Amino acid sequence: MRNLKSTTLLFELSQPGRRGASLPVCDVPAPHAAELIPAAARAEAPPPLPEVAEPEVIRHFTNLSTLNMSVDTHFYPLGSCTMKYNSKRNERMAALPGIADLHPLAPEDTIQGLLELLYELQHMLAEISGLPAVSLQPAAGAHGELTALMVAAAYFRHLQQPRTKVLAPDSAHGTNPASARMAGFDFVTVRSNSSGFVDLADLAAKLDDQVAVFMITNPSTLGLFDRQVSQIAQMVHDRGGLIYLDGANMNAILGITRPGDFGADMMHYNPHKTFSGPHGGGGPGAGPICVAEKLGPYLPTPVIERRGDRYVLATDRPHSIGRVRSFFGNTGVLVRAYCYIRTHGPDGLKAVAENAVLNANYLMSRVRHILPVPHGERCMHEFVATAAPLKKKNGVTAMDLAKRLLDFGFHAPTVYFPLTVPEAMMIEPTETESKETLDAFAEVLFRITEESPELLHEAPHGTIISRPDEVQAARKPVLKWTAEKPTGE
Amino acid sequence: MPYFYNTPADQQAMLAAIGESSIEHLFDLVPDELRLKRPLDLPPALSELALAQHMVELAAKNAHIGQKVCFLGGGAYDHFVPAVVDAIASRGEFYTSYTPYQPEVAQGNLQVMFEYQTLICQLTGMDVSNASLYDGGSAAAEAVLLAMSVTGRPKKAMVAGSVHPQYREILRTYFECLGAELVTVAAPSGIALPADVAKAVDEHTACVLVQHPNFFGCLEDVAALARIAHDAGALLVQSFDPISLGVLKRPGDLGADVAVAEGQLLGTPLLYGGPYLGIMACREQFVRRMPGRIAGQTVDRRGRRCWVLTLQTREQHIRREKATSNICTNQGLFALRAAIYLAEMGPQGLAETAELCVRKAHYAKERLTAGPRLKSAFDQPVFKEFVVRDSQGRVNELLAQALDAGYLAGIPLGPSYSDLGDCFLVTVTEKRTKAEIDGLAEVLSARRDTAAPRPHTRIAGVR
Repeated sequence: MRNLKSTTLLFELSQPGRRGASLPVCDVPAPHAAELIPAAARAEAPPPLPEVAEPEVIRHFTNLSTLNMSVDTHFYPLGSCTMKYNSKRNERMAALPGIADLHPLAPEDTIQGLLELLYELQHMLAEISGLPAVSLQPAAGAHGELTALMVAAAYFRHLQQPRTKVLAPDSAHGTNPASARMAGFDFVTVRSNSSGFVDLADLAAKLDDQVAVFMITNPSTLGLFDRQVSQIAQMVHDRGGLIYLDGANMNAILGITRPGDFGADMMHYNPHKTFSGPHGGGGPGAGPICVAEKLGPYLPTPVIERRGDRYVLATDRPHSIGRVRSFFGNTGVLVRAYCYIRTHGPDGLKAVAENAVLNANYLMSRVRHILPVPHGERCMHEFVATAAPLKKKNGVTAMDLAKRLLDFGFHAPTVYFPLTVPEAMMIEPTETESKETLDAFAEVLFRITEESPELLHEAPHGTIISRPDEVQAARKPVLKWTAEKPTGE
Repeated sequence: MPYFYNTPADQQAMLAAIGESSIEHLFDLVPDELRLKRPLDLPPALSELALAQHMVELAAKNAHIGQKVCFLGGGAYDHFVPAVVDAIASRGEFYTSYTPYQPEVAQGNLQVMFEYQTLICQLTGMDVSNASLYDGGSAAAEAVLLAMSVTGRPKKAMVAGSVHPQYREILRTYFECLGAELVTVAAPSGIALPADVAKAVDEHTACVLVQHPNFFGCLEDVAALARIAHDAGALLVQSFDPISLGVLKRPGDLGADVAVAEGQLLGTPLLYGGPYLGIMACREQFVRRMPGRIAGQTVDRRGRRCWVLTLQTREQHIRREKATSNICTNQGLFALRAAIYLAEMGPQGLAETAELCVRKAHYAKERLTAGPRLKSAFDQPVFKEFVVRDSQGRVNELLAQALDAGYLAGIPLGPSYSDLGDCFLVTVTEKRTKAEIDGLAEVLSARRDTAAPRPHTRIAGVR
């Protein structure tokens, strides 16, 4: 039963004089702030924040939470995002006072247990990737990409042969080109061939001795393993370049194959995906990177080293690119990743990949006669279907299908990505879903494609709102509440 | 295998439907020569109970702030976290959802983002806020990149030496790749003097980055620095302390063009440095160059007010190499925590928290520097942190002695400032009691051989 007041804004609930928190009286004999802070710096009044009572805070945000779909409540086959079950035990472990209540600048002697955990995690990530040198510092996958590209730049500078270009296929995540630019490189797109793999002729044509890095997502954003990957690595290495693996899809290959063994020199993990750190409504993630031995000296500082029986934060690394984030990194996410890996062990991690790939292939076998899957008979952990024939037949788009799925209690797949497939629907079931759920999803998808286009164009019908006007939102941006214009025009 | 549904029978049924004989065959896409032919060399699986026992053992090797009295700050703070924050943020509907790609089933997250943006604008006096960045340090770096973009001055920026040393290190890392010059103006008196800044700024400078209250806890003359920056056609970027705005003028009122902060202070525990919350707000005219997600208000097809992600043409998934930044997430869960915290505090709660910080820091500064050995390093007004100079120059020894007595007494400044090797930074939040401050003063003033630690009383684990 929905609370009809739930979408009232905090600011509209505000009444002068109400408050939530109470604070202790001051127990030190000291002058008031008015005497200690010079008038020029002092505010005349506190900021005009809303004034609400504590029960209202709880009711307001609790009701808002019920307006979200989440992994805890719904099947969430959002391709590329690996929306798997987020283990409650990991939440509990990460909240232990001896883990959560540590100051990032506390003396090393007082955090030996945490440093031990993070040191072991460095080793585990190195073993899983086949790349021995690790930095846990990057705050997100995109931040890991940027950091690794900075590492590459430093490596080439040190060799005294600075390079100017980064290449990636047209099917790459948008973060790849954006990270390349931020790291100071020119970005060049390499075409995919009709099978969805890297077009080797186009790659060969664009490879020269100015190419620092070729970025590849493998398994690819189409959910395919590019069998040419070692050949690609050979081509790039022959020209002195490096291979970067976008590790977004590591869930498919845990314990099956390792990026370091198929030619990658650098990679990032998305532990919020692969190791099920929760996605938090859009963050936090983390973006630890693993690199080949020769690139290790350039990693950001600090890294954790073991010296005798002590763990230390090593900063004495003269070739390091320096720091990319304040303090150590997204430790809380890394702790959950550690717990996840320890819970699964080597066999469990391999079983994650096996069941993720089994579930994806099963769902693909149920879906592909409803919506064609243009690339491949088999997939890895996800597959990309297309609504293009449906659109041609009766004007129903991937977006229409996505919106209608919401009415049946399924989160939509990722739509319109990768850009190389028209009307793309990228479906990733993950290993933590049942056959019954996959069957139900496929049946609903089939039923939807039989519905009238008019009904689908107007979907969703059962959600709290219908489709928002995104054009108006961008054309006349209203990015905050103001007292003068309390509601939408 | 803890989180799977598939039984062997399920697997067989699914393989039959696929038309495959074994799971092994599903991986035929991966060439045999690339396959890992051995198990991963990782420790064996642990049950939930065994994991908990292992983690408790690791945790026991750490000394947390329920066991040692925390006078550490320097960008990460031991402020009080009300219970409502944890109660709401631990709801699965919030923390197991993702970026609101389908607004119809993410109105909770989107409304929270919109409310967060509004709260940050109210807090800072700025026009617009994004839905958050990674942390205070990368937010500062992104703000400088934003300034370079909007001023068309991509080669130079100025930073005060009193800005957090790690934030300046991040900037140096970013600048190295961009071939840009970072000019640092030292702050030997504890603040960046306007005259020194004026000399360092020229027609190529994109912005002046200043922190207020600064890394030493001192108050900068932001309004004067803003005038200098603006006279040179540069922007003023202020890194601020969100709690301080309970008593200090807001960045928007001081002339800042971009305001950034570490948002951990607003309802997030210390977490050994992360995940945290990067706050960024700016003037309206820069919004289309701003990095990060932004939520906006609109209407649905029936005219109902609702919220969506907007201005996405700035972002990497649309603009690719022409995007304003490579960032593709926000710190949704921590923006939520900050929104709950600010709602729970309200203007009065924030003002009282800030007032407690100022008074207790002042008291602690007086107490700690009352004896002959320790002196206040800078003669400046402070908010909640201050720098103490040890006239005997034995900072590490002194801090170790305090640690033995149960106090995380301060951060040694030598590693970051070669001229402050005899100094350390002490932070006092509203959580510190008079007994704790007096205890620290006693420990620090006692002669080494007679140091008599007094046990302090605290409720373990109070955040």
